Amino acid sequence: MQGSLIDTLARQGVTRRAFLKYCATLASMMALPPAAGRAMAEAMAAAKRPSVIWLPFQECTGCTESITRSHSPTLEGMIFDMISLDYQETLMAAAGHQAEEALRHAMKENAGKYLLIVDGSIPLGQDGAYSCIGGRSNVDLLKEAAQGAAAVIAVGTCASFGGIPKANPNPTGAVSVSDLVQDKPVVNIPGCPPIPVVMTGVLAHYLTFGSLPELDDKKRPKSFFGETIHDRCYRRPFYDQGKFARTFDDEGARQGWCLFELGCKGPVTHNACATVKWNGGTSWPVESGHGCLGCSEPDFWDGGGFYKALSVPADPLKFVAASSVVGAGVGAAVGFANRASKNAARSAHETTTLADLEK
Amino acid sequence: MNALQFLTWVRGPGLNIAIGIFMLGVLWRLLEIYSLGRRKDLSAPRRTAGASGLHTVFRRSLPAPGMLKYSPVSYTAGYLFHIGLVLIVFLFAPHILLIQNAIGLSWPGLPSRFVDMITVVTMAAMVAVLVDRINKAPKRFLSTFEDWFAWTVTFLPVLTGWLAVQHLLLPYPTMLALHILSVEILLIVLPFTKLFHAFTLFGSRWYNGQVNGHKGVPV
Repeated sequence: MQGSLIDTLARQGVTRRAFLKYCATLASMMALPPAAGRAMAEAMAAAKRPSVIWLPFQECTGCTESITRSHSPTLEGMIFDMISLDYQETLMAAAGHQAEEALRHAMKENAGKYLLIVDGSIPLGQDGAYSCIGGRSNVDLLKEAAQGAAAVIAVGTCASFGGIPKANPNPTGAVSVSDLVQDKPVVNIPGCPPIPVVMTGVLAHYLTFGSLPELDDKKRPKSFFGETIHDRCYRRPFYDQGKFARTFDDEGARQGWCLFELGCKGPVTHNACATVKWNGGTSWPVESGHGCLGCSEPDFWDGGGFYKALSVPADPLKFVAASSVVGAGVGAAVGFANRASKNAARSAHETTTLADLEK
Repeated sequence: MNALQFLTWVRGPGLNIAIGIFMLGVLWRLLEIYSLGRRKDLSAPRRTAGASGLHTVFRRSLPAPGMLKYSPVSYTAGYLFHIGLVLIVFLFAPHILLIQNAIGLSWPGLPSRFVDMITVVTMAAMVAVLVDRINKAPKRFLSTFEDWFAWTVTFLPVLTGWLAVQHLLLPYPTMLALHILSVEILLIVLPFTKLFHAFTLFGSRWYNGQVNGHKGVPV
């Protein structure tokens, strides 16, 4: 498909009105001024579709599922038509050498201009042999592809922070994209999987303004990851009132009370689930009655258990038995030492007689 | 180390270590103190009404005659923050949850807004006793490093906990982690400083009351 985006969308039956609405929504979601919606629409409509290369590494394809299938045929799905997705193993028709050829071609044709999207972590153990594509290790592929990229977008928690492959004990030596790519702008869009509109929002921002959106200290777009789930949760009033569900089937759970005690990680998780929701705004984890797992935060697998409240440590009394024995031992030893010195003092005591004083 | 890793550490290995040292220290000190013993008093006891160990335990909780007027801050603010600390530690829902998870015991808590109010009062009372200690020459003169230190390690958990709940100053995960860390510091130093009075308070009162009761002096 060639030509500008608006033609492509028009061919697919998307009206101008729907397109403008979509752009305005995106702009407001990203907390941009109202005029930005129009700027976005104009820029996107006229945009020549930039080349996008999508490299999958140690991943489960859940991110791809989230971004493509769940929204088809809504606009989120179609926004993909505004980019030229030149390499995406799951979606492309080509396979084998043909696919690798497409990758090489895209990288050569658009050197310095293409967007590189990565999902999955990169294994460094055994010289990267844990995950290879076309006989080449992931780390090798990433370094080559990142060299010619305008920017790298790490999609999903694995690419952003290492995710489940990096979970303790990290058998493959998995690392995140930003661990390896330091000389290019990197945007992290974490989540397991990430929210589709976050990704399209970042792409739209890039197309409109030619730059990446404002990022937080973990390189996540501030507009989507600026607040915690807890801050935006519709169950927050129950937390403030101290009304908690204590099991998944008690009265509190039926009344929709706060899931903090059931291990909700909302207070420490930055994501937009509470406002954007999932499946076209149908619902989201907390609304479905399950606490937040904290999937958009680094090392959420090793956060001490999904069903343990944030205030509850995994195994706080681990050393208590041993330390009690040691403490009692030390106490008894010091006690005996004190007694011994007291007895020594007593036996060293010499009775003073009147004669001694008169000496 | 990011905020969540920090939080994971303080509520995982960090807390394990702190509780371990706390238990070790408490048992050590208690055994050491109670195994000291005293030589048997061979004199005939002079019993006077109101002179006994149990009496002293209660009597020492009340201000001595004239003292309330002389040092009102010590008594009012002192009482306020001690009661406040007990309520915050044992009746705040997340704290109960922590205890339940560790040892299985659980009880109803207070509404978090109410605990919030108690916390503010507690902090105000603690600041008042600190100011009093600085302002009053005899108190300042008698204060050693340990007194300032004990005040600080007691105040920090209250302050950081309140800031975390209120979402002030730092992001919640970082503040929560700092709160847990400050509690860990408190747990570690408690057995080895004057804060150990949490354990020895009633025992020593009983002991003093007993000795004085033997002599026929109600104290």
